[in-house]
Amino acid sequence: MNIIVNGNETHIVEGSVVSDLIRSLGLNPVRLAVELNRRIIRRAQWDSTTVLEGDRVEIVHFVGGG
Amino acid sequence: MADTLIIAGREFRSRLILGSGKYASFELMVKALEASGTEMITVAVRRVNLTDRAKESLLDHIDTKKYHILPNTAACYSADEAIRTAMLAREVLDNNWIKLEVIGDEKTLFPDNQGLLEATRELVKEGFVVLPYFNDDLIVARRLIDAGAAAVMPLAAPIGSGLGIQNFTNLRILREQVTEVPLIIDAGVGTASDAAIAMELGADGVLMNTGIAGAGDPIAMAEAMNLAVRAGRLAYKSGRIPRKLYASASSPIEGLVR
Repeated sequence: MNIIVNGNETHIVEGSVVSDLIRSLGLNPVRLAVELNRRIIRRAQWDSTTVLEGDRVEIVHFVGGG
Repeated sequence: MADTLIIAGREFRSRLILGSGKYASFELMVKALEASGTEMITVAVRRVNLTDRAKESLLDHIDTKKYHILPNTAACYSADEAIRTAMLAREVLDNNWIKLEVIGDEKTLFPDNQGLLEATRELVKEGFVVLPYFNDDLIVARRLIDAGAAAVMPLAAPIGSGLGIQNFTNLRILREQVTEVPLIIDAGVGTASDAAIAMELGADGVLMNTGIAGAGDPIAMAEAMNLAVRAGRLAYKSGRIPRKLYASASSPIEGLVR
């Protein structure tokens, strides 16, 4: 199925949870924040929150800024 | 007693807060942070790069035990965007501090004080320690403090402009009138004397980024800013002499050889 991650269409396996998504994207799971359809998914919920077809996911981290 | 900066009960030995943007490399940034003596660093919240995953992450280079991280809401143009960004920032390091920016204009990056107040109220309600960047306006400062801001951070000049302090009168009035929370001068510092003057005015701290990151030698400029902030603070506390129009001799008149 397809979802939108950081504005890009992304294919993932049906039934994936947030931690599966992060793994499949090859991201280091520390020091990230995740929003699913504009709702923050706290780290403790990453293993239990299923991602559905068409969901919009934002994955952010810190970059240099003033 | 040590002359420390205390914000929301947290103590900082350095009164200099540094941004982490615009450095040519992480290595240069780390050395500049070190030379500045800072203990608090601002960062921005952005999407993870999914096409270039090999890219190093900022936090791989910053020792979060040594430096307190102050995420910002830069480039947010409404209270809603700023609140959303702050909520995300809180999750990254489980840290509820936020440098709140609600920008009102792209060319000047001047704050939208209305949106800023709205976002401050909401984020304080959500349990954040809010440090808002705002125009040097006493009435806005009072409203931000009423809304629960942990410090107020007036600009000295537009962000990244390096113009130094443009409105002495407003900042002096703010210094006299704002007694409830720390007053941090944020944005516009171009060189060491600007930082020293900000501190001589009585600011509790100074926040800067471009003035160091954009300097020819950022590490040396970071050291200069470190010294300037300390010198300015010391001068402020020492009680400067009044300004007079005419001379007053330093050497005695008596005993002059005739």
